[in-house]
Amino acid sequence: MLKSLFLRAPAVTGLSLLIIALLLSVSIAFPPFLDPVNLKSAFDDTALLMMMAVGEMFVLLTRSVDLSVAANAALTGMVVALFNAKYPGAGILPVLLISLVMGSALGAFNGLLVWKLRIPSIVVTLGTLSVFRGLVYIISGGAWVNSGQMSHAFLNLVRLPLLGINLLSWAGVLVAILAFLFLRYSLTGRNLYAVGNNPEAAAYAGIDAGRLQCVAFMLSGAIAGLSGYFWVARFGVAYTDVASGFELQVIAACVIGGVSISGGAGGVVGVILGALFLGIIKNALPVVGISPFFQLFISGMVITVAVALNSGTQRKTHGRHILESSKVTP
Amino acid sequence: MTEPAFSLSGITKSFGGVRALVRGELELFAGEVTALVGENGAGKSTLVKIMTGVYQADSGAIRLNGQPVHIGSAAAANRLGISAIHQEPVVFDDLSVAENIFITARPRRHGMVDWAQMYSRAAGILAELDPGIDPKMLARELGVAQKHLIQIARALSNEARIVIMDEPTAALSHREVEELFQIVQRLKREGRAILFITHKFEEIFALAERYAVFRDGAAVGSGLVCETDRSSLISMMVGRTVDQVFPKQEVPIGAPLLQVEALSRGEEFADVSFTLNGGEILGVYGLVGAGRSEVMQAIFGLHRPDSGRIALRGETLNIRSPGEAIAKGIAYLPEDRQSQGGILSASIGENIVLPCLSGISHRGFVNRRDEQALATRFIGELQIKTSSASQLLEELSGGNQQKVIIAKWLATNPQVMIMDEPTKGIDIGAKTAVYRLMGELVAKGLGIIMVSSELPEIMGMADRILVMRRGRLRACFSRADATPERIVAAATDA
Repeated sequence: MLKSLFLRAPAVTGLSLLIIALLLSVSIAFPPFLDPVNLKSAFDDTALLMMMAVGEMFVLLTRSVDLSVAANAALTGMVVALFNAKYPGAGILPVLLISLVMGSALGAFNGLLVWKLRIPSIVVTLGTLSVFRGLVYIISGGAWVNSGQMSHAFLNLVRLPLLGINLLSWAGVLVAILAFLFLRYSLTGRNLYAVGNNPEAAAYAGIDAGRLQCVAFMLSGAIAGLSGYFWVARFGVAYTDVASGFELQVIAACVIGGVSISGGAGGVVGVILGALFLGIIKNALPVVGISPFFQLFISGMVITVAVALNSGTQRKTHGRHILESSKVTP
Repeated sequence: MTEPAFSLSGITKSFGGVRALVRGELELFAGEVTALVGENGAGKSTLVKIMTGVYQADSGAIRLNGQPVHIGSAAAANRLGISAIHQEPVVFDDLSVAENIFITARPRRHGMVDWAQMYSRAAGILAELDPGIDPKMLARELGVAQKHLIQIARALSNEARIVIMDEPTAALSHREVEELFQIVQRLKREGRAILFITHKFEEIFALAERYAVFRDGAAVGSGLVCETDRSSLISMMVGRTVDQVFPKQEVPIGAPLLQVEALSRGEEFADVSFTLNGGEILGVYGLVGAGRSEVMQAIFGLHRPDSGRIALRGETLNIRSPGEAIAKGIAYLPEDRQSQGGILSASIGENIVLPCLSGISHRGFVNRRDEQALATRFIGELQIKTSSASQLLEELSGGNQQKVIIAKWLATNPQVMIMDEPTKGIDIGAKTAVYRLMGELVAKGLGIIMVSSELPEIMGMADRILVMRRGRLRACFSRADATPERIVAAATDA
């Protein structure tokens, strides 16, 4: 089982080794990196990336892309922050509910445009990315919601310690496990692979590609919405530029983790590793004293190499084996 | 008289005012193979799509075992036990073989996909078809014939009562076809009703009990295969008797034009030598995968040969790219029109001038008037049926598309024209037009290499016939010496 996993997904093997090497070298060069407080914070950061990347993977599997995840998180995060500021006594359940419902509604909006109007997803989500960001500004009037305006329950849920790590990290783990089971054992999950792999064959098999794309966008949106609340609670502030540009890291985590941009291939394990890799770079390089610009350069290089490797493994041998070697020409 | 297991009557279907099916009539019987024949554009594929729920008929009745049914979607067709094996295998490359087989009905337990059961059931079905296929393999690791088997396994797995096979032998080798026939016989014995679409008459007489002929979207004839013959089927298909399918022109053979000596490339082909003379049509026959296209692509500069010599009119060529081949006067019509031959979304004119853009451009800009003139000239010469040179290639029929692609290469003024399966997938009328055109070209002194898998075409058109098998040249026959038996014997391992 493990062997076949590694054989089928060279990205997984390579990435695992790379992450171990990275962790080792950072720990040797800078032992305080292994400080529990530092590690916990790094894991929380990574959990947010991991969750959103898993959501993005659903969309990528169906040959689409969701550029609006970070804007969705910002908008949903602002809405729940304003709700909490106005009704601090309502507790945490309505907040979770609002973030999930609102996130999936925004995702469904993307999905319906892609499904019903057949607009390419990159165009749809490039539009909604700006629309969602603009809405954050409009509903907040450009003002910040600070931690002082948020209730304790709202702020502390993500920091709840459980078996050594925070609840936020556990949420990331839970999302990943659920996504794994969903993709492996549910018909909808399997069909996401099918439509991305061969839309024409899927149509012949009676699988509705458009409907599944819409489902993928809804799932991606729901996770983005939930992450929006987590984000705002973790950093204790909601404003227009929350998670600005984060969609690129989300997509990068997927691509590094071996998810194919052309759909139909990829898995949760790879995405987790991709997110971990970016999370470690982001958290380790500053403590080692490498400038943020160099971090950008490194993650950019890694993405480019990952994509090149991906397309390399997909390209098969270029010549066919036809020749009959043993016999001589008559 | 037994009742048909499946019947279509009075089916019509239009697309934006174009009537694809005018009168679709078809009856399939349990335990029998019905061969469906017709020229391209006769409405066969539309009929298949209606049967499999991909399209819905505008009017008409569909009955399954006498009961009227409505096939509203592909999923509904699956539920009714209608399964199709498509010409190009429709599989999911990155899914396992087992999941490909059960794609419409994955076994489940407690609502979750039951992988253990899926693998074991797939293994059971594959054991009868090809024990060499592991159900856990990814479909991308399989060859074309094995991908066809997956589709057959799909039909077996969902106990399909109605099995549609759309030109299943088009991409298979001789032996694979034999194996497929055995599977069809088995499906027959199991009492399934089979619709077998084919262009090959041998297959009809070897396999089918009944036939149905379509022409211009309407059923024009049907009956028992034992009560008909080849020429009456052809005359039903074309609506007229075809007396001269191969308009072979006698052209004096000129001096040697293209000489190929001991050409070899890796595991693809070795020691291929031949000479093409001016005014000659040189046929190259072989089974699919014999290495014919690979040799031609090496001559055209698409892939570099490892060793050997290519000479044009005695001058040794060192061709490193198709651009250089074109400049030297070698043209290559690829086998796959859709992906290699032309740009479907571009206009006829743009397609024709593509390989000779430098000839009609000034300071890097294409002269539109020259483009129009050139395109119009070829539309007239080749009698391409179109409203204007600005019509898009994808709007033309297969035969006219092929003419545009030939025109495109003629515009480069070639001396040698390599045509890889020049009449694949086009109807008989268009084929005859392509043959005539070939005759006119060699009459002007060109040399044509015609790669073809169709024996009648090779024998009808070529002056000499080379036979390839497994990457090597096995035989060369003159027109007078060639018999079907000798050619097939050289091409197969027999």
